[in-house]
Amino acid sequence: MTDQPDRLGQGGRIDRSRALSFTFDGRAYAGWSGDTLASALLANGVHLVGRSFKYHRPRGVYAAGVEEPNALVTLRKGGRHEPNVAATTVELFDGLVAESQNRWPSLGLDMLGAIDRLPPVFAAGFYYKTFLGPTRKAWMFYERLIRRTGGMGKPPGQPDPDRYEKAHAFCDVLVVGGGPSGLAAALAAGRDGARVVVVENEPVLGGSLLARPRGGESDAWLAAAIDELAALPNVRVMTRTTAFGAYDNLVFGLAERVNDHLAEPPPYQPRQRYWVLRARRAVLASGMIERPIVFGNNDLPGVMLASAARCYLNRYAALAGRTVVAFTNNDSAYDAAIELAAAGADVSMVDVRRQIPGQLERQARDAGVSLLLGHAVGGANGRRAVDSVDVIEFDAASPSAGAVKSRLPCDLVAVSGGWTPTLHLLAQRGSKPVFDETLAMLVPEVVPEGFRVVGGAAAEEAPLAGLAPERSLATIAPVWAIADPLGARPRKKFVDIQNDVTTDDISLAHLEGYEAVEHLKRYTSQGMGTDQGKTSNLNALAILAGLRDEPRGTVGTTTYRPPYTPVSIGALGGAGTGQHFMPVRRSPIHDWHQGNGAVFTDAGLWQRPWYYPKAGESLDAAYVREAGEVRDGVGMVDVSSLGKIDVQGPDAADFLDRVYVNNWRSLPVGKARYGVMLRADGIVLDDGTTSRISEDHYFMTTTTANAGVVMTQFEFLLQAAWPELKVQVTSVTGQWAGIAVAGPRSRDLLARLVVDLDFDNDAFPFMGVRHGHAGDIPVRLLRISFSGELAYEVYTPADYGEELWRAVHDHGREFGLVVYGTEALGALRIEKGHVAGPEIDGRTTLSDLGLERMASKKKPYLGGALMEREGLTEADRPRLVGLETTDRGTKLRAGAILCQPGRHQGHGIGVVTSVTYSPALGGNIGIGLLAGGMSREGEVIDAVFPLRGEVVAVRVRSPHFVDPEGERLHA
Amino acid sequence: MLRIACPYCGERDQVEFAYGGDASEGFPELADSDVGRWTKFVFVRENPRGVHGEYWHHQYGCRQWLRVVRDTVTHQVHSVAPARQGDRT
Ligand SMILES: [Zn+2]
Repeated sequence: MTDQPDRLGQGGRIDRSRALSFTFDGRAYAGWSGDTLASALLANGVHLVGRSFKYHRPRGVYAAGVEEPNALVTLRKGGRHEPNVAATTVELFDGLVAESQNRWPSLGLDMLGAIDRLPPVFAAGFYYKTFLGPTRKAWMFYERLIRRTGGMGKPPGQPDPDRYEKAHAFCDVLVVGGGPSGLAAALAAGRDGARVVVVENEPVLGGSLLARPRGGESDAWLAAAIDELAALPNVRVMTRTTAFGAYDNLVFGLAERVNDHLAEPPPYQPRQRYWVLRARRAVLASGMIERPIVFGNNDLPGVMLASAARCYLNRYAALAGRTVVAFTNNDSAYDAAIELAAAGADVSMVDVRRQIPGQLERQARDAGVSLLLGHAVGGANGRRAVDSVDVIEFDAASPSAGAVKSRLPCDLVAVSGGWTPTLHLLAQRGSKPVFDETLAMLVPEVVPEGFRVVGGAAAEEAPLAGLAPERSLATIAPVWAIADPLGARPRKKFVDIQNDVTTDDISLAHLEGYEAVEHLKRYTSQGMGTDQGKTSNLNALAILAGLRDEPRGTVGTTTYRPPYTPVSIGALGGAGTGQHFMPVRRSPIHDWHQGNGAVFTDAGLWQRPWYYPKAGESLDAAYVREAGEVRDGVGMVDVSSLGKIDVQGPDAADFLDRVYVNNWRSLPVGKARYGVMLRADGIVLDDGTTSRISEDHYFMTTTTANAGVVMTQFEFLLQAAWPELKVQVTSVTGQWAGIAVAGPRSRDLLARLVVDLDFDNDAFPFMGVRHGHAGDIPVRLLRISFSGELAYEVYTPADYGEELWRAVHDHGREFGLVVYGTEALGALRIEKGHVAGPEIDGRTTLSDLGLERMASKKKPYLGGALMEREGLTEADRPRLVGLETTDRGTKLRAGAILCQPGRHQGHGIGVVTSVTYSPALGGNIGIGLLAGGMSREGEVIDAVFPLRGEVVAVRVRSPHFVDPEGERLHA
Repeated sequence: MLRIACPYCGERDQVEFAYGGDASEGFPELADSDVGRWTKFVFVRENPRGVHGEYWHHQYGCRQWLRVVRDTVTHQVHSVAPARQGDRT
């Protein structure tokens, strides 16, 4: 631990009763409560805090707020490791661990700094020129090297252990910014009784007032304002909160850093909270951000914005330098110069203007500031920090720079090129600011309905009652960049310090035709990154306008998009991570499955039993056993996740006729029918079975995956397209539990269980629907089959689900009943050639799936017209086939491309959609979609899986591998 | 973000609704087997700058389909009505 050599003995808004310790690059330092990491580093005399993005140049603290382009660090360790954080926005806490970035092996000795002295390889457009076109292959070679040298901090390698929240809020007036004008607006609205929310990015209110010397009249005003707001119950003040986005209808996105100022959040508290706030009106009091004047080596540690130097002095009692050169084209930097001089620094003021307001000149001279009017800083010198500047005579009317007139030693250059109102939220709403020639700044033009802009953001000069006015904005002499002095060695002049974009890069981009602002941004990367060019955008536009020889106002600005400052993905995601990303649906029989060793698989939101392994049994062994035992005896599977829709009403049959391709009017009560429905565009949407329960009542099942889509389509058709139909559809998926009992002994089993029904083949034929009881449990039985075996689906109200399951299971013991999961279910359906999700994939038609004979010729149905459109009727469309590997032991892979033998090119001639080992056939089989379909029956072709370098020979055959005549079904 | 005044549920947030596409083209007669007519209904869309009639489904509310007239520039919602009523716009 060291003392703080550059901390003043008194003053500042820090709490000297609360000492904090922290480390930077492993070295321990001390700071005070109220510090930022940046102010604490400066107070400790640490000026070198990072290396630059491309050139690995030494960099220091440049600003004092969210606009910081330079001082990016990595915070914390492990899962809380967070790269690319601006040290100026980090509240110091005890035990904070920060690391510098983009240096190797260490900050002081960075081997890659040699890049800076190479010829200009990394100039604008470097990637495009070097790695596109004939030299593209070079990228493969250089990528790893470039990835190591370029870039920023490293991403975290562990999951974030913290919790995040989302919340909604509503108010009459949102005030963005807790500086003097924001507080004044909040007070006015709050006194009127409006529900006010004040959002302030910093941990404390006050804004620009905090950078003024402590103890002045503004502090009294601020304290009174804070007290009054706190006493108003209708005003909510949210500090540590950024309004990062403005959206339609006065909706705002806020990021609240609830516990970023602590090492870790207290128990049960979130790290951050994302707010969606709706306001009736919004007051933009977001202030202004200072911008620099560009000059050679203006990126050296020790060069910083004049407003930042002032803020560090007055707010944090940290002296950023003792021998100071202030460089300006406007009045505001004089405050910093005068106050630094008063704090004991030796200050020279270099002002491009030949004349300045008389009062300003007197104040400066009285404070002991030496004045160099009509001069400019033509470049800075120093290795790891600035040690002097070269001063030239400056005449705004003459574009060329003169020779170096003098060299001023210094350890701080406080630069001001004027101010830019912070109008991001307004611009995000499409109201781009316009350039005001007099003020040399972007000002609001059209203010959208519901918005008001006040204070610095409106370029107002603080006319608040009780406060001394800020310096005049109108006396500025617009100067953007100072050329290299005559005869001097050329130096890099950084416009965008974060992205290492120099004035030469902008000239080059312009020369190569990238002269629109949006093109300039993409070509040079100016304005990108964590700071989004907050200190560089206007300079870049002005320099571009100069190159185009046009007024600055005509160049325009780039597009402003949310977020205003970086927002963590964690906050946007809220609690919706991991298991909470989506809701989970479980069958009413889930607990039984869990208690009996089921391995689960996800089917959409549903968790379904995948297979039930015996001790030591693999997936393959388990499903092959389960499927085999079903065909040999009887098995049961939970089908509760199937979509279920109750269709009722006098026009129900008419409705089914319209949505299914096949005929429904002829279906008698007590029978079920398989149906296929299309989308309006003629593609197959879903299939399932629908039973006629009574004259006007049908019970429909859909696939698990499409239940929601089908329901939504039905609602649209009945409400918007065919409102004349008297039909009610109700989703009853969750109301019923379903169990499929399949296999040659299923009848024997169920007859023992449901004693009030006659299971005789004539009394309860294939596709019959009956209602009965299993003991006390009411059941609806459908004699339908997905497996091709004699089978029944047994439905019961969901709360009876587990009881019914147990009853079937108990009665099944004497029949050798096997419990099977979705993998065996799939194996059985593939053996039978039934299409399912992998085949009904939103691209296939009835005839692709071999279902064209289902389509009724006697009635119209949805999708029927477009099913006939060009492209869907071509003869060579891939159509359903069965596939078996010629070597029975070789596995087939779903997704494999079907190709002519040896001709493994392009998209092939088809695709394998579903695969399984067939216990019935004793070999590996699949179904797929193949050009020419069954006309290729008997051909041997290749199933190619290039990702794994697999080629498997398959024979094309009927997809009905098992019992093609359907004898078992009807048995 | 939009606020949509559902005729059944009152003013609700956009997140409760699902966009359902252009409502300017009437649903063709089912018996109409003209591919061109259906193609126009399913695929051909204007992309107007300004007032646009469109379907929204109150999916996480009453599950009613609504006909919403919205300005695509300002996102102002001019009217909301049940899809089964009113003129097609
Ligand atoms: Zn509703």
